[in-house]
Amino acid sequence: MQASFSFLAAENLACRRGERLLFRKLSFRLEAGAACHVTGANGAGKTTLIRALAGLTTPYAGSVTREGALALLAERTGLDPDAPLARALAFWFAMDGVADPSAIMARLRLSGLAEVPVRYLSTGQQKRAALARVLGQAAPIWLLDEPLSGLDTASQGLVSALVREHCAGGGIALIASHQPLNVPGMTSFAIEDFAPADEEHEA
Amino acid sequence: MILALLRRDLAQFFPFTGSGAALPVVFFVAVAMLFPFAVGPDANVLAKTGGGVVWIAALLAAILPLEKLVARDIALGFFDQLKLRGATEEAMMAVRLLAHWLSFGPPLLLATFPAAALLKIEGESFTILLLGLLAGTPGLAAIGLMIAALTASLRAGAALSGLLLIPLALPILIFGAGALARQDQVSLGFVGAISLGLVAIAPFAAGAAIRAAREQ
Repeated sequence: MQASFSFLAAENLACRRGERLLFRKLSFRLEAGAACHVTGANGAGKTTLIRALAGLTTPYAGSVTREGALALLAERTGLDPDAPLARALAFWFAMDGVADPSAIMARLRLSGLAEVPVRYLSTGQQKRAALARVLGQAAPIWLLDEPLSGLDTASQGLVSALVREHCAGGGIALIASHQPLNVPGMTSFAIEDFAPADEEHEA
Repeated sequence: MILALLRRDLAQFFPFTGSGAALPVVFFVAVAMLFPFAVGPDANVLAKTGGGVVWIAALLAAILPLEKLVARDIALGFFDQLKLRGATEEAMMAVRLLAHWLSFGPPLLLATFPAAALLKIEGESFTILLLGLLAGTPGLAAIGLMIAALTASLRAGAALSGLLLIPLALPILIFGAGALARQDQVSLGFVGAISLGLVAIAPFAAGAAIRAAREQ
């Protein structure tokens, strides 16, 4: 992985959803090899933060800088619901130039599901399929939005293992989740700590 | 990357492979088939009015795929993933425009042969009709794409997009069907010019629309 010079940094970031300010004055910098766990209740702004970091939305204030390509795991998988899993993934694998798709499929225990249309997969299976897409992208920066939701215990362990490997290889991972991950050396912050005080809220 | 995207888009929208995508063409032929039953089998009346009916059927057939054209891939996060890989919204929409036209334009032109036979459109009229549709359908596709992208984030987007398309498609309809009534091929040049203009701006307008939809 050509990740040794990659970084992801946010400076004085503030984001809104609708008229409501979700968080402000959020700054951090993740160097190669760092993992960061963002916690927060539902609706606290984890997804909003991830989308802003991914450059999909413009933050209300502040800036995001990064070096290195991004891979995003979100609630929206990007996989065609009507296509069989293997074909839906093959589109992204081809785009990302994956040499050995079957190894990734096997790693995420998807080999047996190759012919099943994506919309028939369970929530956890779809999440694993999306993880396969992330893995295939081989991007130095991972943004994972709720990677554990819907997964069984074994798969949750697998996610932790994948993040550990990714960071050991010099990758960066930012994980928004309200569930714990087993990644040594992972930093964490709660998004609520950056929520505006009530009087600011009214203003 | 562009080629892979075009292949995927075509698989989504092409008749007989995509989900229910043959519907516009079936609809088009059905209108041409029903019309003689409604106005009677008089060959003169049919030949006089048939061309206009074909144009209206083509316009309505262009509305049918709009619902799935953009909104579905926004909900899927498909465009988000492409964006992360460095694709611009304009490129995504240009590919989508090509795929959209390929999926309903050429099938519609083929369906014009049976439709014209049913409506007793022959000789010079048939040539003008076919050329007119060839020149006009890219424009209809471009209008459709822009509207589909603009209404993608609205709850009643599908119903609205049909209403929005009709007034915007009027110039194409007027010159396209007008060429048929006057038997003159010059109007076809206008149809082509309108189409080209629309095709040129559609990727930019639609690209801006899906960018704006993402900010919500």
